[in-house]
Amino acid sequence: MNKAVREAASQKLVEGATGRWEIVVGMEVHAQVTSQAKLFSGASTRFGADPNTNVSLVDAAMPGMLPVINEFCIAQAVRTGLGLQAKINLRSVFDRKNYFYPDLPQGYQISQYSDPLVGEGVVQLDMPDGERVEVGIERIHVEQDAGKSLHDQHPAKTYVDLNRTGVALMEIVSRPDLRSADEARAYLTKLRTILRYLGTCDGNMEEGSLRADINVSVRRPGEPLGTRCEVKNVNSIRFIGQAIEHEARRQIDLIEDGGTVEQETRLFDPRTGATRSMRSKEEAHDYRYFPDPDLLPLELEQSWVDAIAADLPELPDDKKARLIAEYGLSAYDAGILVADWETADFFEKVAAGRDGKAAANWVINDLLGALNRDGRDITDSPLSPDQLGAIIELIGEEVISGKIAKELFEIVWTEGGDPRDIVEARGLKQVTDTGAIEAAVDEVISANPDKAEQAKAKPNLAGWFVGQVMKATGGKANPQAVNALVKKKLGVE
Amino acid sequence: MSVDVATVRRIARLARIAVTEEEAQSLQHELSAILDWVEQLGEVDVDGVPPMTSTVAMAMKKRADTVTDGGRVEDILRNAPETEDGYFVVPKVVE
Repeated sequence: MNKAVREAASQKLVEGATGRWEIVVGMEVHAQVTSQAKLFSGASTRFGADPNTNVSLVDAAMPGMLPVINEFCIAQAVRTGLGLQAKINLRSVFDRKNYFYPDLPQGYQISQYSDPLVGEGVVQLDMPDGERVEVGIERIHVEQDAGKSLHDQHPAKTYVDLNRTGVALMEIVSRPDLRSADEARAYLTKLRTILRYLGTCDGNMEEGSLRADINVSVRRPGEPLGTRCEVKNVNSIRFIGQAIEHEARRQIDLIEDGGTVEQETRLFDPRTGATRSMRSKEEAHDYRYFPDPDLLPLELEQSWVDAIAADLPELPDDKKARLIAEYGLSAYDAGILVADWETADFFEKVAAGRDGKAAANWVINDLLGALNRDGRDITDSPLSPDQLGAIIELIGEEVISGKIAKELFEIVWTEGGDPRDIVEARGLKQVTDTGAIEAAVDEVISANPDKAEQAKAKPNLAGWFVGQVMKATGGKANPQAVNALVKKKLGVE
Repeated sequence: MSVDVATVRRIARLARIAVTEEEAQSLQHELSAILDWVEQLGEVDVDGVPPMTSTVAMAMKKRADTVTDGGRVEDILRNAPETEDGYFVVPKVVE
């Protein structure tokens, strides 16, 4: 398959006034490298510090200051490349990308141009409809982040904080292999998951650790690629869909009205959901790259790269395949569990020596649901894997019913404690004593003779009796036993 | 190799250097002369010679990932014409 001309399935095409159009998207993702110190200086990378406190004289570009590379940042970028099954270039070169902006004191960004650290790789997307999309990675290069400009502090002034200046970034460039807003969202989500598994970027979009520039173009199916526009400032996965849909619609309308798309940089405005032209910068695009004379070429030993490769964690695709094979999970459930390695980890602790499918259901439906409801993260879940595991065991041992288990879950969630002790102490045990259940069934039937009569003609009414008996026994009766007894007593099958 | 006045103006603009019409004329000659001089290197046959990246054969120096610098706001801001609350303050540069 030639990926550059991958054609979207027809349901992904969008309707214009004159026919159908295909959206073509490629992304440049800037991922901040997780490290203590900056790429070329010993200043801290910590987010949220007081302005200009995490700045060295190198970052402020004082005369005579020289960059010295942080080896760990390079190891992190190599680790990322290996995680994306990419080629690692043992020799790469740092170049200067020249432009002027107040938050770039050097007057150039140290980046990589013709010889990046990481070459071609791939990210696999499993779309909800079952389609598997392969997104080609063109390259990953390592570069310096810029500082932060605050434009809203003063009517006529811009405030500049250089704390972020010089923090290591990985620019991960994809091929134009994405064909819809959904695919673009899935790509960034997957990339974020992989980076978090690898521990090379925290993926925090709110703090700007992960930022995406999106290249959008449209074409009629089968035609060559159209002129693209680059959309900047899209800082959440949700906005990516909006930005792409808006930009594609703008281009389609423009072309259908007889206009042509100009290659330009556009800014996404989260308040309006629209994109607008940023500036005409045909000259600003002349970055006059040249090799940075302050830095020698970066040369790596294959053995050093191999050591990093040997230390890679199990990655989401492999973990997903293993969860399916080992615990008999559906692809859908496994996909949810591996989206965060912390969730997958939690699940495996719950599932260890227990029913894997039940564990998956409880983690996905109950635990993730409750965490979401209370706005908590799985890393500070009130319920430990052992506590949830004990609840699942109690159901498996038929000590409690599924319904009681949900109550027990809420009790442990809010009060903590050992689920087994709670069941003992509060008398939550399921009634399996047939005599007691029978008595409850008899009572409900004799209290509702009309309904019992009707049930003979409408066997579905048995469900109502089961419900009444469960209610009468406080949910503690074994549902299967109640069901069987109700049917027997009503004489329905 | 010679440059024209338009190229001089473009280079000046990219470097944010204000150049008068007169200066542009004289810079055109100066730059052309420099380029002509450097162009003599073109006479050397460098087929099969790898580009030289350093005058000394050595590996790039690297640092460990430890915080060794920072916490010197006064030093960083000392030369700034205007500051406030630890920020550099510059004329508004909003897109």
